[in-house]
Amino acid sequence: MLAFRNVTKTYADGTRALAGITLQVAPGEILALVGGSGCGKTTLLRLAAGLDTASGGAIHLDGEALDRPHPGVGLVFQEPRLLPWLTVAQNVGFGLAELPACERRARVAHALDRVGLAEHADRWPRDLSGGQQQRAAIARAFVARPKVLLLDEPFSALDAVTRQDLHGHLLGLWAETRPTIVLVTHDVGEAAVLADRAVVLRPKPGRIHGIFAIATPRPEDPDANAPDTRRLRTALGASLREDAQGGTPYGSGGASALPSARSR
Amino acid sequence: MVRGDRTLRALLALLLPLGLAIGWELAVRAGLAQGRLLPPPSRVLAMLGGLAASGELWVHVQATLVRVASGFVLGAGLGIALGALTGTLPLARHLLDPAFQALRAVPSLAWVPLFILWLGILETPKVVLIAVGVFFPVYVGVSGAIASVDRKLVEVGRIFRLSRTALARRILLPAVLPATVVALRTGLGLGFLFVVAAELMGASEGLGYLLVDGQQFGKPEQILAAILAFALLGKAADTVLVVLTRPLLRWQDVARDSL
Repeated sequence: MLAFRNVTKTYADGTRALAGITLQVAPGEILALVGGSGCGKTTLLRLAAGLDTASGGAIHLDGEALDRPHPGVGLVFQEPRLLPWLTVAQNVGFGLAELPACERRARVAHALDRVGLAEHADRWPRDLSGGQQQRAAIARAFVARPKVLLLDEPFSALDAVTRQDLHGHLLGLWAETRPTIVLVTHDVGEAAVLADRAVVLRPKPGRIHGIFAIATPRPEDPDANAPDTRRLRTALGASLREDAQGGTPYGSGGASALPSARSR
Repeated sequence: MVRGDRTLRALLALLLPLGLAIGWELAVRAGLAQGRLLPPPSRVLAMLGGLAASGELWVHVQATLVRVASGFVLGAGLGIALGALTGTLPLARHLLDPAFQALRAVPSLAWVPLFILWLGILETPKVVLIAVGVFFPVYVGVSGAIASVDRKLVEVGRIFRLSRTALARRILLPAVLPATVVALRTGLGLGFLFVVAAELMGASEGLGYLLVDGQQFGKPEQILAAILAFALLGKAADTVLVVLTRPLLRWQDVARDSL
């Protein structure tokens, strides 16, 4: 269980990025954090990854505090961040240095196969397209078999077709080991397609506006999620308007209970 | 690039120097010019060939190379070590960098009288002068490269919980290699610059000695032969450095073929 308890973050310059985020994410759940710019989505993810320290509150994974990078937590950044001096396969195996070489090779080969990059294993990152690089980055995070995988708008720089393709790769990898996934996105359609629940955040400082269970089964066809997408878009719009008017307290929106597993 | 294209470019690049050399050679042979102070290429090449045949050239080349190599190893070694220190540790940077930057502003040749007073006139002051010349570009290059390593790549290392040494070995080192190679090449070029200065200030062998000797005895063809040898030696040393470091930089997305 990944648990955020009253997490706040105030930067050195006094900017309040997050105010009192309390949230629980069940094992194997895919949770989307949705919100406009400046609502602290990325900040919350960086805190959970242990890259930054919370000003108040705590984040725990199965009772263990996450105040520094943790072996059970993986992170996929907004941009691929592949190391340019390593081949694609070496990049994917970057976090497996401690494994015996044969197991490392097997895991990397399997992951590359899963994301459709098997034939690019020995190429340099610069030779890949943006979508292929991001697939390699996702594979790099998955091969370490984390309990929790944090994704920071990993598809935002990609075109719609590539993005849909990557959704498929992500769900394919997730189905193998079923890690908890926290996905930051500003695309409500993406949240509706991928997530079990979506948390809509409200900006300045970042707070929870509402938590929504995604009702429809995870679809083959992304358009089938249209009702959920509409509901989330309305909530996101409201969160931004309310911010402009001074905001209303959290608790007014949606189902905040842990989800029953979404039918796959 | 097409192969024929490259050959054409090489020919174009040679057109001006070759044209001038051939023109001068013809002018002297036709009696249009004396060629006493500026000897024609044939005399320069004959001098170089003569020095090589007698074995004298190799004595001088060896002396010069040993000085450059010693100064380069000393200067580049210190430059890398101190550059890495100030690049990684803020305390070391605040403590050392301002002093180094101030020393860097001193023209290196200004140290010559002091070095001679302190170290005599034999090999030591020459090697130290070359080392000083090599040190600064290497120090500045390495320190700057480390300080500007992409924070985003360092975060990748942090996410995978690399120790400090693993972070240095797996992220910082490969990230600063390209800039370090450039700094070493600059340093090597300056090493050759300063070996001339060092040998001009008094030496009994070395290509710089051939320059002084040619001036004192009025042998401009010997001066030009020594200059030619310097050019070939400098280019050869740079090529060796590039070839040795190429396997480390294969990943770079640049047109290194044109080097």
